[in-house]
Amino acid sequence: MLEDLAALGSGFAVALQPQNIALMVAGIVLGVLIGVLPGLGGANGIAILLPLTFALPPVSAIILLSCIYWGALFGGAITSVLFNIPGEPWSVATTFDGYPMAQQGKAGEALTAAFTSSFVGALVAVVMITFLAPLVAEFALKFGPPEFFAVMFLSFACFVGLSRGSPFKAVAAMMFGFILAGVGMDGVTGQMRMTFGSIELMRGIDFLVVVIGLFGLSEILVSIEEGLRFKGQRAVITLKTVLRTWAELPRHWWLFIRSSVIGCWMGITPAGATPASFMSYGVARRMSKDPNGFGKGKVEGVVAPETAAHAAGTSALLPMLSLGVPGSPTAAVLLGGLIMWGLQPGPMLFVEQKDFVWGLIASMYLGNVVGLVIVLACVPWFAAILRVPFSIIAAVILMVCAIGAYTVNSSEFDIVLMLVFGVIGYVMKKLDYPLAPLVLALVLGDRTEEAFRQSLLLSEGSMGVFFSNWLVGGIMTAGLAVLFYPLIGRVLRALSPRAAAA
Amino acid sequence: MSATHPELIGTVATAERGPSLRAMEIATAVLLMAAGGIAMADSVRVGMGWGADGPLSGTFPFWLGVILVLASLGNLVSALRMRAKPGSFATLGQLRLVATVLAPTAAYVALIPFGGIYVTSAVLIAFFMIRFGEFRWRSAVPAGLAASLLAFMTFEQWFLVPLPKGPVETFLGF
Repeated sequence: MLEDLAALGSGFAVALQPQNIALMVAGIVLGVLIGVLPGLGGANGIAILLPLTFALPPVSAIILLSCIYWGALFGGAITSVLFNIPGEPWSVATTFDGYPMAQQGKAGEALTAAFTSSFVGALVAVVMITFLAPLVAEFALKFGPPEFFAVMFLSFACFVGLSRGSPFKAVAAMMFGFILAGVGMDGVTGQMRMTFGSIELMRGIDFLVVVIGLFGLSEILVSIEEGLRFKGQRAVITLKTVLRTWAELPRHWWLFIRSSVIGCWMGITPAGATPASFMSYGVARRMSKDPNGFGKGKVEGVVAPETAAHAAGTSALLPMLSLGVPGSPTAAVLLGGLIMWGLQPGPMLFVEQKDFVWGLIASMYLGNVVGLVIVLACVPWFAAILRVPFSIIAAVILMVCAIGAYTVNSSEFDIVLMLVFGVIGYVMKKLDYPLAPLVLALVLGDRTEEAFRQSLLLSEGSMGVFFSNWLVGGIMTAGLAVLFYPLIGRVLRALSPRAAAA
Repeated sequence: MSATHPELIGTVATAERGPSLRAMEIATAVLLMAAGGIAMADSVRVGMGWGADGPLSGTFPFWLGVILVLASLGNLVSALRMRAKPGSFATLGQLRLVATVLAPTAAYVALIPFGGIYVTSAVLIAFFMIRFGEFRWRSAVPAGLAASLLAFMTFEQWFLVPLPKGPVETFLGF
């Protein structure tokens, strides 16, 4: 433990270098912009900028990109409160009470509450990462290929078992992602798979291009369809508003704790920030003394989802850092970045890349403090962006997406691919196919397959290797239980009335 | 921006016409099944099962294909069981709006290899501003050019990342 604190101290020394502080501020500002603009979000914003970070040392690059992530988490709240447009999926629940508050002239209070809650949620999650991630990583050092496959199986099973939508759709989206990951040259045997003689496909389908299409272009299409009119409330946050709101917030300490716990839990299991914010909002309303006040501008209705969303968004980095299994699409893109910078994600990161890991963790503390100050000070400017006509914003975002797709591999074919995935994403969104499992499968596909193959090599082809000891067997059993949880739940419900009758 | 025409108000069925959700669900499930089938077929081609030195290349994708086909079958069955009309995928008006954005975007992507990314981007931005923003061309064209120039400075000069260039850039000596 003491060792970790010392490591964190040297991490702060890395994060506090002037260049890294500058990148932190730049990242937060860019991130808030990305969070405010429709069609740009954490995942595809980072995907677009990733190819531009090669010139930086990995720790500076990850500080820049993770700060974009924090900024995007903050930024989503601005549009939710002022414009009733969730800039990010996880800020949908914030609109329920944030926008009514703004309509009542309490926009400043709502935004201060939202930003402060985000900050608290993130802080709780970072503290948890600081103490838990090294332990998880140390434990995971014992993992062999079967255990890694089991961990990935468990996290993919979570998508199916814990999602609110159709489990078949989650499985279909996931398998589609895995198959896309398999396109191109097989790294083990050198054979071409699913390329059908196309030279462009031999390189494989880059997940960054897919992310830009799925989350960028398709978002523009969905926004257009809904006929975007940005008509928002104005907000100026004065120091007085901030202090008055801060004086009131400690009364909700229990809500903060509960929402942070929900967020952390949902972030580590790859359920993600969006369900966490909804769940936290729902629990807050159910446990409130005044549940009917929710939806009409209650500050608790802003605190609960924002705390949980930020806690989930941050803690999604815990499995990414310690196991190499990301907890959210944005964490998946960051993980892809690690691989591109030549770092091997997984528990060895804590042993071999101490500076990198602890620099990142220290930057999470600092980045969220910087972020809170920036968003509180600059809200009117960020809100002004949405007063730029949508025709300009949409066209510029399309250009940025095209450039982003091209820069990944300097390939014009990738721009076409981006367009195709934009349309696929549009249809999938309209039909409630979840996009997160697709992206995670695409990012983790190669490593999942590698773990699977190595496991089978160990056992000479017997699937029994996945149940060969208590550790791997336990994880696999947990995965199977989560996977069939919807089915088990249905069976139990079918049995219970009979039991009650008897 | 509802596309409901005044003369159609009152006849809900007409106003909300568009491809049905059921048809889109079925089509998507069938397409994903086909994708799974392709993965399986290609995996059989490269070889699946146990080879001389471990699992063959096609083994993992083959089973992924099998699961994709099965899951899509599940989606297909639940789509077919939607007997009542639960609404449309998107109204014709909405689809028309999407098409008015998608078509110029597709043209933009198609023209990038020939015109380079800067000129086409300027045209795209100016077009969007005139078509959707009701700007005059006098303000739209300079705005498009300014955005392109900014992108050019950022990528070619600052980040030193070359982007696709066309005849105009060649003419200007880049």
